[in-house]
Amino acid sequence: MAITKEDIERLADLARLNLTPEEIEKLTGDMETIINYSMNKLNELNTDDVLPMEHVLPISNVFREDICEKSFDREEILKNAPEKAEGCFLVPKVVE
Amino acid sequence: MEYEVVIGLEIHAELDTRSKIYCGCTTEFGGEPNTHCCPICTGMPGVLPVLNKTVVEYAVRAGLAANCAISSFSKQDRKNYFYPDLPKAYQTSQYDLPLCKNGYLEIEVDGSVKKIGITRIHIEEDAGKLIHDESGKVSYVDYNRCGVPLIEIVTEPDMRSSAEVKAFFEKLKSILEYTSVSDCKMQEGSLRADVNLSVRPKGQKEFGTRTEIKNLNSVRAIVRAVDGEARRQISVLERNGVIVQETRRWDDEKGESYSMRDKEEAHDYRYFPEPDLTPVVVDEAWLDKIRSSIPELPDERRKRFIAEYGIPAYDAAFITGSKPLADFFEAAAKESKNAKAISNWIMGDVMKKLNDTGLEPLDMPIKPESLSRLVSLIDENVISGKIAKQVFEIMWDTGEDPADIVEKEGLKVVTDTEEIRSIVIQVISANPKSVEDYKSGKTKAIGFLVGQIMRETKGKADPQAVNRLLKEELDKL
Repeated sequence: MAITKEDIERLADLARLNLTPEEIEKLTGDMETIINYSMNKLNELNTDDVLPMEHVLPISNVFREDICEKSFDREEILKNAPEKAEGCFLVPKVVE
Repeated sequence: MEYEVVIGLEIHAELDTRSKIYCGCTTEFGGEPNTHCCPICTGMPGVLPVLNKTVVEYAVRAGLAANCAISSFSKQDRKNYFYPDLPKAYQTSQYDLPLCKNGYLEIEVDGSVKKIGITRIHIEEDAGKLIHDESGKVSYVDYNRCGVPLIEIVTEPDMRSSAEVKAFFEKLKSILEYTSVSDCKMQEGSLRADVNLSVRPKGQKEFGTRTEIKNLNSVRAIVRAVDGEARRQISVLERNGVIVQETRRWDDEKGESYSMRDKEEAHDYRYFPEPDLTPVVVDEAWLDKIRSSIPELPDERRKRFIAEYGIPAYDAAFITGSKPLADFFEAAAKESKNAKAISNWIMGDVMKKLNDTGLEPLDMPIKPESLSRLVSLIDENVISGKIAKQVFEIMWDTGEDPADIVEKEGLKVVTDTEEIRSIVIQVISANPKSVEDYKSGKTKAIGFLVGQIMRETKGKADPQAVNRLLKEELDKL
C-alpha cells in the first residue's frame, strides 16, 4: 500500500500538527513501512474462524449508580485555563 | 412540475437522570457557569469515566417504547473533532453498535395511519455551551452541560410533509415524556432536532441531494424550516440549479435558511472504540426488568380513555398527547360523574389559560379535584355555566376551592321562586313595550325579558325557574 505526501498532510491537519516539508517526507516513508509491515504480518494469519474484535476489554457492564456528587469549586476547575473571565473559559472566537 | 419532499430527522433528547453520563456532577439546568464540573467532564488527562447505569436503562426504555430491537452487545466510540465546546477533543458516542435499532412509530395524518421507521437510538454525551462575544474576539465557554446524557434518535427518510414531521415529533415527544426518559423542555434545549431534507420529481425513485438543517428547538421552527427548505430546493431545481449537499442553519425570525459555509469533506471523525469504557451487555433478565418499568403509553391510554371515560376519540387523542394533561384529566375524571365536561374544560378554558400565560401543563395552578368539583357544582345546578367561568378565573388566580369561592362571592344560583317572581314582576312592569310585543305574538320579546331578569340577578337566577315564572306572570296579564 502506497502512502502519499497528501495522506500525511491530511492526517497532520486532522491532528492539528504543523509539520515541516522534511518531516512530511520522512513520515511518508515511515508510515508506508509501518503499514506495509503490519499488513503483511496480518496477511500471514488465517483469520477464517476468528470473530471481529469489537473492543479491547474482555469485561463488560462496569457502571456507576445515578447519584450526584459534589462538583469541583469553579476556581479549581478554571485553574488550568490559560485565559478566563466571568467564570468561563476564554477561547479565540469560533463560530461554526 | 410536481415535487415530492423527503424528510428524515435526527433528534437529540437529554435524559432526565440526576447525574451526568460519566461522572457524578449534576445535570440540573441553569447553574452558574462551570459550577457543575469536575476533571472527568472537563476532559482532564488521566481521568477514568464510568457509565451511569440509568443512562442505559432510559435509552433501552425509549428503544422499547419505539418498537426497537435492543442490542445484547453494544459499545461506545470516540468521535474525534476539535471544537471548544468539547474539551476532550472527542465526543463519546456510539458508532457501529448502537444500543437500539430498527424501530418505528405510527403517526396519524389526515385520518390515515403511517409507519415512520427509526434507524437507531444511541447514547452519547452533550457538549458545553459557547457564548460568543458579539464585538470582541473571544468566546466564553461554560461546561455545565458537558457530559449531560443524550440519546440520539435517527429516523428513516420516511416523512413526506411538514404535517408528518410534526405528527412524528409530537408522538416521539409524548413517548419520551410518558416513559420519563426526558423532560422534553424544548426552551431549555432538552429536545432538539436536525432535519435532513431532499426533493425529487414526483414518481422518481432516486433521492435528490439532501441538506441538513441543524439544531431546531421548537415545533414551530421545525415545521417552518421544513416548509422553507422544501420551497428553496424546489425553486433552485426550477431554475435548473444544483442542490449542494451541506449543513444549513434556520433563521426563524427571517424565515429562511442559510449555508454554514461548512467544509463538509473536512469532517473525518475517525471513530474508534472507547478504550476507557467497557462494552454494554443487556441480557434477557435486565431487558425484562426495564420492559416492566415502562408505563402505559399514549396510544394505549387514548384507547382506555375512550372506553373507560366515554370521551370522544378527538378529546382522548388531544388530552393523551401530553402526559401531564392526561394525568390531570384522569385525576379529575376519576372524581367526577361527567368526564366529558372535564375534557371540555381542559380543551377549552384550561388550554386557553395555559396558552395565555405560557405555563406548562405540569405547572398548572389548579388541582384536578377542584376542576371536578366545579363541574359538579354546575351539574348539581348550584351555579350556572356562565358563573362557572367566573369561578374558574378565581380558582386559577388563587388556587381556592370552587365551593368556597361560590360561598364567599355569593354566586349560588337563586332558586327561591318568590325572590325570582318579585324580580319578574318588576321587569314586566318596567318594560311595557316588550310585554305588548309578546302579547301581540312577537315571541322573540320573551328573550329580551329573560335577559333583563338575568341582569337583575347578576346571572345567578335559575334559568328554568325564570322561564316558567315569566310565562306564568305574562299569562296573568
